[in-house]
Amino acid sequence: MAVRALLSAEHISHVYRTPGGDVPALDDVTLRLSGESFVCLVGPSGCGKSTLLRILAGLLRPTEGRVLLDGQPLTRAQRRVGIVFQKANLMPWRTVAGNLALPLELAGTPPAERAERTRAMLELTGLEGFAGAYPGALSGGMAQRVAIGRALIHDPQVLLLDEPFGALDALTREQMSEELLRIWARHRKTVLMVTHSIPEAVLLADRVLVMGPRPGHLVAEVPIPLARPRSLALLHQPDFVALSEQVRRSIRPA
Amino acid sequence: MDNAHLAPPVPHERTAESSAALPRARRRRWHLLLAPAFGLCLLAVWTLVARSGMYAAFIVPTPASVAERWWGLASDGSLLRHAAVTLREVLTGLLIGVAVAFWLGYWIAKSRTVAYTLTPYLVALQTVPIVAIAPLLIIWFGSGIASKVIICGLIVFFPMLVNTVIGMRGIPAELHDLLRSLEATPLQTFWHLELPAALPIVLGGLKVSVTLSVVGAVVGEFVSASAGLGYLINFGRGTYDTPLVIAAVFTLTALALALYGLAAGLERLLLGWQRANGTP
Ligand SMILES: Nc1ncnc2c1ncn2[C@@H]1O[C@H](COP(=O)(O)OP(=O)(O)O)[C@@H](O)[C@H]1O
Ligand SMILES: [Mg+2]
Repeated sequence: MAVRALLSAEHISHVYRTPGGDVPALDDVTLRLSGESFVCLVGPSGCGKSTLLRILAGLLRPTEGRVLLDGQPLTRAQRRVGIVFQKANLMPWRTVAGNLALPLELAGTPPAERAERTRAMLELTGLEGFAGAYPGALSGGMAQRVAIGRALIHDPQVLLLDEPFGALDALTREQMSEELLRIWARHRKTVLMVTHSIPEAVLLADRVLVMGPRPGHLVAEVPIPLARPRSLALLHQPDFVALSEQVRRSIRPA
Repeated sequence: MDNAHLAPPVPHERTAESSAALPRARRRRWHLLLAPAFGLCLLAVWTLVARSGMYAAFIVPTPASVAERWWGLASDGSLLRHAAVTLREVLTGLLIGVAVAFWLGYWIAKSRTVAYTLTPYLVALQTVPIVAIAPLLIIWFGSGIASKVIICGLIVFFPMLVNTVIGMRGIPAELHDLLRSLEATPLQTFWHLELPAALPIVLGGLKVSVTLSVVGAVVGEFVSASAGLGYLINFGRGTYDTPLVIAAVFTLTALALALYGLAAGLERLLLGWQRANGTP
């Protein structure tokens, strides 16, 4: 039996119409995300990665092509597709627990179940001590953990992450990618993550998709056959370095 | 808009090593006495000028005669009656003006079509001096409460509208995207995102509107009225009852301050999270 594609994009092209003229952002992108795979998308800045993610999330209608979720055309944003941005975008008037519980509140989850799942998510994200804290009191890494927890709490089928660690310092960033590996091991979902860090992509992904300069199009796909569970210790292993080099070469062909 | 920049700078705290606890506490109390002491000085100057014989008593009455007049009005219940009339005009006008401004501001921020259609007229409305059209409003709506409520509503309208639009437009687009991806209904989006996110700026507008609303009611009462604190001022001026004018002005000020205090209290109550986030 063929693996059913959970989320797929078919011949997506997108042009932004601006007063200064048309900006072609994506050119004929086709991809399939399936099962419990973790896919990373890398490419030069401004090549259309965020645009593609917004289209996959149903937040932006592509000029051409279509997105299918479980075989059905995706015409609007859906709960089943979770999204995390570069900025944590927490609500400053809600506590950490309140921010985590937001998707459940909107979905009308009964309070008892909401409390239970919020508690479990606080634990999973290592934020037990901060349930009552407000976002202003959190570090960048902690805030982003809340954002990831918020995107997972209602158990979406697909998780889209747009440079979620892009605003963090290098050290926190490494810790967060290990953290994400751990969380993902518990919540296996279809993940597509945009990143501009090649080691990060190789550490996390089953497949790395490489996008060429604007208008964005896929130029390469690098499978990452490294065994799981993975950890930061991999970073200096020869096969890891070789895979990173392979990704780097496909971004900038010699 | 806020008057926070008028607040005195916080004196530098000395560290525990460099200063004993007692002098520090004493210095703090001493600061609290400054403003009342200055007030007493002003009162003394006023008394001196009034007693000096430079001006007739009906031009500059003594503080004592003003207090006496105020007490007389307060004890026979007429001050309360007039204040109640003004307060009713103010609160009704405020409620209607603020509600309409918030509602319109919300739609101007949300819809380009509404913004393009209404903005020129709203700006034009703002440039019309309310004082100039007050007589017209009295002609149209009579000299009862309705005309004052309308003047009040018009004067509080603009700051509230502008702040609502700014507050709504300042909401990060990604938070809207988040709620869309969570399939929030329009009502949920309003309640869980738009209202709380815009609230700090909206409440800033409310504080401005509250003080303006008192001005609005008094303007209306000056033009034509048979009761209210503005009417009392006008009446006192006509009969050269200067103590009455001053007593009414003080009452009006107290009313405006109380309303401002309520708005500020509402702000503290609703925006507790701002302090919890470390933003003053
Ligand atoms: N709302 C928009 N209107 C017009 N142009 C846009 C808009 N959003 C993005 N673009 C343009 O589209 C291109 C792709 O942007 P984006 O998807 O954000 O790239 P990336 O995420 O890969 O950095 C860029 O040239 C950007 O300037
Ligand atoms: Mg981007």
